[in-house]
Amino acid sequence: MNPSRLVSVMVENKPGVLNRVASMIRRRGFNIDSLSVGPTEDATVSRMTIAVHVGRQAAEQATKQLAKLIDVITIDDITELRSVSHELMLIRMHAPPEQRAEILDVVTVFLGRIVDIAASSMIIEITGTTQKIDNFVELMRPYGIEELARSGAVALVRGDQAGARLGGLGLDGAAPEGSRTGAGAAGASVTADTTGDI
Amino acid sequence: MIGAHPQPDSAPAPPLETPATAPPRRMTGAQICLESLLREGVDTIFGYPGGANLYLYRWLPDYPNLHHILVRHEQGAAHAADGYARSRRGAVGVCFATSGPGALNLVTGLGTAFMDSVPVIAITGQVPVSAIGTDSFQESDVIGSTMSVVKHSYLLTRVEDIAPTIKEAFHVARSGRPGPVVIDFPKDLQAAVGEFNYPEEPVRMRSFPPPPQPDPNQLREIARIIKEAKRPVILSGRGVLISGAEQELLELSHRAHIPVGWTLLGTGAFPLQDPMALQMVGFMGAGYTNKAVCDADVVIMIGMRCDDRVTTRLDSFAPRVEHLIHIDIDPAEIGKSVVPHLSVVADAKTALSRLLPMVEPKREHEWLTQIDQWKEEHPIHYVRREGFLQPQEVLEAMYSRCKDEAIVVADVGQNQIWAALWFNYAKPGLFLNSGGLGTMGYAFPASMGVKFSNPDRTVFCVTGEGGFMMNMQEMATMVENNIDVKVIILNNASLGMVRQFQDDFYDGVRSAVDLTFTPDFVKLGEAFGMKAMTTRRLEDVGPMLDEALAHKGPVLLNFDIDPDANVYPIVPLGKGMLDFVEAS
Ligand SMILES: Cc1ncc(C[n+]2csc(CCOP(=O)(O)OP(=O)(O)O)c2C)c(N)n1
Repeated sequence: MNPSRLVSVMVENKPGVLNRVASMIRRRGFNIDSLSVGPTEDATVSRMTIAVHVGRQAAEQATKQLAKLIDVITIDDITELRSVSHELMLIRMHAPPEQRAEILDVVTVFLGRIVDIAASSMIIEITGTTQKIDNFVELMRPYGIEELARSGAVALVRGDQAGARLGGLGLDGAAPEGSRTGAGAAGASVTADTTGDI
Repeated sequence: MIGAHPQPDSAPAPPLETPATAPPRRMTGAQICLESLLREGVDTIFGYPGGANLYLYRWLPDYPNLHHILVRHEQGAAHAADGYARSRRGAVGVCFATSGPGALNLVTGLGTAFMDSVPVIAITGQVPVSAIGTDSFQESDVIGSTMSVVKHSYLLTRVEDIAPTIKEAFHVARSGRPGPVVIDFPKDLQAAVGEFNYPEEPVRMRSFPPPPQPDPNQLREIARIIKEAKRPVILSGRGVLISGAEQELLELSHRAHIPVGWTLLGTGAFPLQDPMALQMVGFMGAGYTNKAVCDADVVIMIGMRCDDRVTTRLDSFAPRVEHLIHIDIDPAEIGKSVVPHLSVVADAKTALSRLLPMVEPKREHEWLTQIDQWKEEHPIHYVRREGFLQPQEVLEAMYSRCKDEAIVVADVGQNQIWAALWFNYAKPGLFLNSGGLGTMGYAFPASMGVKFSNPDRTVFCVTGEGGFMMNMQEMATMVENNIDVKVIILNNASLGMVRQFQDDFYDGVRSAVDLTFTPDFVKLGEAFGMKAMTTRRLEDVGPMLDEALAHKGPVLLNFDIDPDANVYPIVPLGKGMLDFVEAS
């Protein structure tokens, strides 16, 4: 299972917004697995889909910090919602004529397309979940991958879940399930103990 | 509440000189900026000119209602703007700097304001739009360099954006949890001509909604918890001061007889002499406050972040608590260090005023008796030493003269904690300091801003000699503008707080803390034209203060104090709340 959290962020389509979002994630010490940005149906709004490698509680802190950024309009941790999350990959395979048939068989099973063919290579386009693309890459390895580019995930919540978005703001402040609440409780902390610095 | 001033509720927009039907006036971008500042109620600007903001300075003299104070270093401008805003509720501090080095010199001041949620607007000159990104002379990436220390920032790129952006920037700085905002203003836009149209309608931003209203169910639940509490404690932070919830806090405490402690930045939110008052909590807090928190079954934290200065070693904080309640306007503060059982995201005043009617009068006699006993067992005290002046003696002499009419702006270090503990702050807003970032050199320039916001109050700047020297160039600004601040240097000939740490926690090895070589502060003050005095004797303290207070204008008072005086109580590094060490 992929341990990263998937966060969908709607932001003002303004210069510097990506910088602000990325910088906030870095500053709070979180690691980005993938990040994609693109336009939405509204020209003034962009959508960022961020996969961050953190636990649930740290993700909650990250989403709250991101929500505070002035250019962030909404933010949803959609990891636990039913959603569709896809990425796109372009992969150029070493494909001399004698290997092509075999490669093409796999491409067909994965519903990929050939988008370019040269004398001894070809470019395949494939979309799907991160998991599916990981699997495809593993199958391609023995044939010789020349180069590949992945878009990072983009995601949308499914229609029946659209009203149940987490909101990401944790406005009720309820402690996440399973965490021990209350001060003094061991493990109640997500911060480093810096007591005594001057 | 703060000062005798009427509280400006956000922007007191003066009527436009031009009737709505008249065509908008055409003017340069610099003028549009200055006009916009007037519309936001600005009267004082702390700044420093340079190549990239010279059009602003070209037009500034045309605006006599914008009083510009030429500081002697941009860091001073940022801290002065901070002091101006921090000491008058509703006010926003404004500072100007040029591009590159000027803007970068603001960074520490912006970070200081950011950590303590102070509304400051910094307008920085920038190289012309066409030159941005070319490493042209005095160019720096101001937006990038300040990103992590501001609430928001704007790069202006079109003349027609100037007025709406300034309006939005003030709104962002002062609304919700306040904070500093940078406006980077390219030089060519300052010169470009456009129409001045100040937006009339209030700012509405989909990405910056007003703070949420408190959930009545949560409030009812809090009232129920208070009713059942056997050992309740309230801790209050600067959020109470920012929202002006002191009265509500007092009423809540009195109705349910809940003892109130506070954070360093929350000092003054609750009157020290009140029978329900505890003292500062945490690392250098009072022993009895720490004991109360550690024994409490209910702890209500209001308008505070609960950082590591409060909790000391995290697992030692409130170990017996059954209901930890956190009220704060910033959802990101909830659960950041300690996870509460119940939380309310709202402005402190709104939350408390709605909670109050739900709370039933009550009194837990046993608990209050216990608290009184702890107060007796662990009073904050100091030890006198023959032949040495104690810093507390200076502060007591100051307090006896000014009571709660003086504002104390403390720097960072031992002086800061002494000033927090040894002045009986009975009203809100009388104690200011850089609690979050801990910026040495804050107090002296900040106190200039404080005086501009509070011309009728005595303003003390309490500082160590180390911190004073970090921004002492502002003596020129003080004297030039006859800013009536009484500077109290508690001079222990060392970087005292660091020295204390080295003595107690770093094997007693004193390293790079000796400040026996310091200038003669009296001569130094006099060189700047400042009245200055010094002593090492207790009997001089009173007369010197009297003379200083009688003098209309800045005065520098150097007190050579006991070089071994320490801050107590203190929790040793890595230890817990109950491990506090007291003066002996
Ligand atoms: C800009 C800055 N540099 C360093 C520090 C670390 N520091 C904290 S307290 C302190 C000593 C302050 O000495 P002084 O100003 O003489 O005040 P005292 O503690 O003696 O009252 C130092 C160096 C700091 N807080 N800020």
